[in-house]
Amino acid sequence: MSGIGQGFWEAWRLIFTFDPALYEIIFLSLQVTVSATIIASVIGLPMGAWLAVNRFFGRRYVIAVLNALMGLPPVVVGLFVYMALSRAGPLGGFGLLFSPMAMIIAQVIIITPLIASISHQTIRDLWAEYHDLLISMNATRYQRMQALLRDGKRALLTATLAGFGRAIGEVGAIMIVGGNIEHATRVLTTAIALETGKGNFAFAMGLGLVLIVLAVIINLAIHIIGKTERASTW
Amino acid sequence: MVSLLPLQLCGATAHMRGKKLVGPVDYTLEGTGLTMVIGPNGAGKTTFLRLMHGLQRVSGGELRWAVSAIQARQKQAFVFQTPIMMRRKVLDSLAFPLLLRGMGKAEARSKARQCARRFGLKDLLDSWAPMLSGGEKQRLSLARALIIEPEVLFLDEPCANLDGSATREIEGILQRAKLAGTRIVMASHDMGQARRLADEVIFFHKGRVHENARAGVFFSAPVTREARAFINGEIVE
Amino acid sequence: MKRIWTFLMAAMLSASPSYAEVLRMAVTTSFYNSGLSGILLPEIKSDTGLEVELVVVGTGQALRLGEAGDVDAILVHARAAEDAFLAAGFGSHRREIMYNDFVFIGPSADPAGIGTADNAVQALQRIAQSNAVFVSRGDDSGTHKKEMSLWMAAGVAPSGAWYRAVGAGMGAALNVASGMNAYVLSDRASWLNFGNKGGLALLYAGDPALFNQYAFIPVNPGRWPHVRYDLAMRLEAWLTSEKAEALINAYSLNGENLFTFNAVR
Repeated sequence: MSGIGQGFWEAWRLIFTFDPALYEIIFLSLQVTVSATIIASVIGLPMGAWLAVNRFFGRRYVIAVLNALMGLPPVVVGLFVYMALSRAGPLGGFGLLFSPMAMIIAQVIIITPLIASISHQTIRDLWAEYHDLLISMNATRYQRMQALLRDGKRALLTATLAGFGRAIGEVGAIMIVGGNIEHATRVLTTAIALETGKGNFAFAMGLGLVLIVLAVIINLAIHIIGKTERASTW
Repeated sequence: MVSLLPLQLCGATAHMRGKKLVGPVDYTLEGTGLTMVIGPNGAGKTTFLRLMHGLQRVSGGELRWAVSAIQARQKQAFVFQTPIMMRRKVLDSLAFPLLLRGMGKAEARSKARQCARRFGLKDLLDSWAPMLSGGEKQRLSLARALIIEPEVLFLDEPCANLDGSATREIEGILQRAKLAGTRIVMASHDMGQARRLADEVIFFHKGRVHENARAGVFFSAPVTREARAFINGEIVE
Repeated sequence: MKRIWTFLMAAMLSASPSYAEVLRMAVTTSFYNSGLSGILLPEIKSDTGLEVELVVVGTGQALRLGEAGDVDAILVHARAAEDAFLAAGFGSHRREIMYNDFVFIGPSADPAGIGTADNAVQALQRIAQSNAVFVSRGDDSGTHKKEMSLWMAAGVAPSGAWYRAVGAGMGAALNVASGMNAYVLSDRASWLNFGNKGGLALLYAGDPALFNQYAFIPVNPGRWPHVRYDLAMRLEAWLTSEKAEALINAYSLNGENLFTFNAVR
């Protein structure tokens, strides 16, 4: 039990003495995951809305595939992104391997299906509600999507948060494509893996607690900013 | 400004999953005033209204406006029995139909405010629409429908779930709209409401126009047996 | 809301790297886990302006990264594999930098009795005969290659429930050994710097066969034109300088010297 106690002590010490190594890792973690979440949301939210509103041949299969992609093992995504970005691979010319951008790419691939799927489900429900009204008002396809995305903001926020949560705790893929390079691609999760592997359990626990607190703070902050939980029926 | 009317239905039918809901219907919507569609529950009044407005697909026969279908769409509005509230503030709900037509945000908002004043919604502008009372919601639905100044307004039993005072408010608004020139087609199963508001009556029964006459004529001398029974408050099968 | 967005955008854009003087080098976990890189890198930065990014992997993977051109240089410790690397034209040349030795770690009670072995090969034979649990790197690293060469010299093909190949870096392998109270072959520096020794102790060392030479190999620019060969040469000059010699020889843990500088100028 002393290991866990030491971990708590180490965690607070790191946080409150503004340990530069720790804060560098935190900042990088946020940079990577927030970027990935934003990009994945920009792709996934409208994709989900589009699927909910438009009928086309094969739509059911697309939705089934989308839901299946949520089950992509992240580490396998990491492997494929690695092979693609390596100098010896098809996209090697960009020199992206072992950079934060590679990590962002891998995380975007992992969380976009999740965000799109949740977006699709919530927009589909909202569309069922708005259907007659929007048709009656002669809204174009684009206007319908706009209205649904705007009014569905809070539910879509949960999609984004789900994506963020998935990404911030991911370690396999970003370890492979990022290389866990100190000062460059070392984030909270990969640092925890590293420190545990070195036997520095106290430091690893410190990082772990910071990760938990970070995730909770970000979730709370987004809720407050979006004024989502002020008394309104949903 | 070419008028939408007359709207002509010739042998129009509506099917859903193989079952015939409405038709064949021969009817011409023209002139001015308020047409009331009355009849027992399950007669197909709602489907009939949706058919005319374009929410229900025409599966047989013909339905033709005086202008193209696209142009016709622009000058109609529909109020549903259960008000469909958008998840936004009242002000934005009112501005929405104007924004759809390409109006600028500031202009749409100011028009919405004016409209809210006319419909007694001024104090509710910042309220969250889904949180309004039943009567307020329906008033908002009506305001939202009328803000685009439609030529034809359809209403599907708008007062079915409202109390007396809310009903009175709605009927007042409808009277004013009618006088302003809006052609109104309204479904109801409330005989009293029909007597109060109708200029023309369509008695709808088993998916067809069973009887159709001016209000005065219909209520004093109904031609068909079913219509007579309905007016007397009997159950019509 | 808008202010937060601008801040986020600015923060993200600042994540883009400056390509100026960045050298990417694949180094072995043994080298990294010793803690020496933590001492050297800041000095390298201030003396040469080089930002050295370390990709810490096993020697086998480091060599493959060099083959694929994903790094600019490698620092490894497996002579035979290095020679093959150079022969195939992936590296420009090889420069020896420093050495230390491998040591046998195991449960302090030493059930296999390797503390009294005459040489490394005998130590392994005793472990095999007593079926004591042995943790192997199993990751094609320099340490792993050394281990396999010793098994071959001992005439033993290690297999069975007692032989646990973890496929991980030095630190992780030591962790597993600590958890299982097992024997493991490690480089001295990683062992000394390891934070979770548990019931393990250093049981055998000193056989010349356990000599562990680290060498620096720049990736051949003829094969991969994009590599920062100029920066690699600058780093090599520093690594073989008198300052590097002083720092490397001075690096010690608990009074024990971890590496010995042996570059030829």
